[in-house]
Amino acid sequence: MAERKTLTFAVMDPPFETARSTTLLRLLDIAVRRGHNINVFAYEGAVYLPFALQKAHPNPAHGRNAEEENHVLTKDLIAAVMATAERAGTKFDWVNCGMCVDERGADQAIPGVRRGSPADLLKMAQESDNTLVIGTR
Amino acid sequence: MSHYLLIESRDPFDSPDTGFVHDLSRKLVEGGHEVTVFLVQNGVLPARPCIHSAALTSLAQAGVKILADDFSLRERGIAASSLIQGVRAAALDVVIDGMAGGAKLIWH
Repeated sequence: MAERKTLTFAVMDPPFETARSTTLLRLLDIAVRRGHNINVFAYEGAVYLPFALQKAHPNPAHGRNAEEENHVLTKDLIAAVMATAERAGTKFDWVNCGMCVDERGADQAIPGVRRGSPADLLKMAQESDNTLVIGTR
Repeated sequence: MSHYLLIESRDPFDSPDTGFVHDLSRKLVEGGHEVTVFLVQNGVLPARPCIHSAALTSLAQAGVKILADDFSLRERGIAASSLIQGVRAAALDVVIDGMAGGAKLIWH
């Protein structure tokens, strides 16, 4: 493995709406598999990415039940990345912006997600080797 | 000399501001820096032969390394073998390697 680094990602896009969320999760998966420490600061709609009450659903338009539809939930993908990090003994810190959570009622996140503020993003960036801000349009 | 990694997620058919990445990367190369433009999501669309592809080829000829996310290409049915001159397919790992290597990143 290459030298372990600490990488920070900031994201503001909600799940199930843009390709940016998918790209973020792909980046996290690669970074964790490479043994890097990861920080994520989620704000605005991105606080719903690890929302615990996400539910898989059927797709009546295509005649598929929930099992056949096998709907991918971002909370499950994030949990899987967290589990990979735990097995590897690396740090994975996901912070949801508290004000963004409150205004959306998104306070039920999966275990491992903590509440914070933009000050956390500043601290993460200062303590990281590099930071990528995935801006929206 | 610094290494700049510019990630372009927008396509010129939908976004009139993709020239930003072109202009910035060209100026950075002219300033003696190493520049990689990584196309991702709909940003890969001009990497197939089309009305906008000449701008990318010109950028490559100026010394900018241009890569297209292989996953985004597959999602859009674009074969890596069909990419225009100056652009080649690459894995998203390039971004993580760039971050770990200290590249200066901009997401657009």
